[in-house]
Amino acid sequence: MSSNVAGLQPSPGVGPPLWLLLELTYRCPLHCVFCYNPTDFAATGPELATQEWLRVLREARALGAVQLGLSGGEPLAREDLEPIVAEAHALGFYVNLITSGVGMTEERIGALKRAGLDHIQLSFQDSTRELNDFLSSTRTFELKAKVAELISRYDYPMVLNVVLHRLNIDHVGEILAMAERIGAQYVELANTQYYGWAWLNRAHLLPSRAQLTRAEAVTRAFRERVGPRMQIYFVVPDYFETRPKACMNGLGNVFLAVTPDGTALPCHAARMLPGLEFPNVCAHDMRSIWYESAAFNHFRGEAWMKEPCRSCPERGRDFGGCRCQAYLLTGDAANADPVCELSPHHHLVTAAVAEAERSAADGAGRAPLVFRDHRISIVVEPHGGPPPAP
Amino acid sequence: MSTLAAGARPAIAHGMRLQWEPVQEAHVLLYPEGMVKLNGSAGAILERCDGVRTVEEIVADLERAFGATNLTDDVTAFVGLALERGWLELRE
Repeated sequence: MSSNVAGLQPSPGVGPPLWLLLELTYRCPLHCVFCYNPTDFAATGPELATQEWLRVLREARALGAVQLGLSGGEPLAREDLEPIVAEAHALGFYVNLITSGVGMTEERIGALKRAGLDHIQLSFQDSTRELNDFLSSTRTFELKAKVAELISRYDYPMVLNVVLHRLNIDHVGEILAMAERIGAQYVELANTQYYGWAWLNRAHLLPSRAQLTRAEAVTRAFRERVGPRMQIYFVVPDYFETRPKACMNGLGNVFLAVTPDGTALPCHAARMLPGLEFPNVCAHDMRSIWYESAAFNHFRGEAWMKEPCRSCPERGRDFGGCRCQAYLLTGDAANADPVCELSPHHHLVTAAVAEAERSAADGAGRAPLVFRDHRISIVVEPHGGPPPAP
Repeated sequence: MSTLAAGARPAIAHGMRLQWEPVQEAHVLLYPEGMVKLNGSAGAILERCDGVRTVEEIVADLERAFGATNLTDDVTAFVGLALERGWLELRE
């Protein structure tokens, strides 16, 4: 551990946790193959009660948190979503609901509006019913279309989120047309990030470079046609990059997530990182969690870095990339993110891409797709060491 | 954007919210999953964009408040930029 993690002194210059994400529940009617939730979610503790969430909101707001994401699992599975939104709104949060749409009714969307919900991000798995329903292992396509119509009618800004991967990336043109049809103002074409269930399914999900190039060209052309009335974000899959993403803007710098059982994390996926005891909001207040806990201080600053990051002129820009990715791919969370071509482990990324290209071509030698599921979550629980490489 | 009329009435765009954040000691503009931290003059201009006041009135008010003169060009340029970025919209 680095020198500033004795646990009592906040690192100098640590700003407020501007972005608070509450994962209210791991319950979800969908079974998405690319879900980033931990594969051992079934082994986590009971969900926080309403009053505990409300206290988390008050304490985080006092620290300066202002953007609030309500997510999961499926946050609509919580029957107390409306009072949680109402408290967040009264405190001055900008409240974003991140949902699959399952569980949304006209009654609830009206109640959420009255409670002060600012925005709804609706996820689709694909532009076609077949693939949407296959990828989520549900029949939800028509339902999502109805929810999109409700979002427009109740005058919420609408962000459409579609996670891209090999099985749907060739439909980007149709996905964008669907977004335009249902009146989305923002579209996130988020290429899969390989954590959780997506990590298990990586060999199925990594697109080929040719697919990626085509999808980017289609997106560019669409963007030029529609102009500024639709904002389109295309999140490149970082396995195809030569420099890592500035993950979370550095762990512990702006982002704070709380899992359904109250575990506070500096990134949604960070619970996998070994050797860190992530504090629970039931035992600690948010101020001490953010400024004083060893887990939140561990990857602040640069003292934890190894070469090539430690002496790299770009370390202040990308913070060495993603700690979870470094851990999953190399077994050591303090290594450079192997997406970086300067990493001695970069070959692991290029090999994964090459392997995906091969397996896409011949379809051989692949494990079956694993759908996010409570029963499987108990079977694949990956304690001790990184989960097996796909 | 240089054609922005002095009689136009800018307002914070639909789906955006302007608020003062004491911890950041700044005005911020909030929108779906994003935030812009504003410097002092941007905050002072945007907090006057209420859809009622014209650009001309906003300029006059700012000149009074800050004991300044000749703010028309700066304010018009910023309002133009904010319209372009979708932070503001014009009201009748």
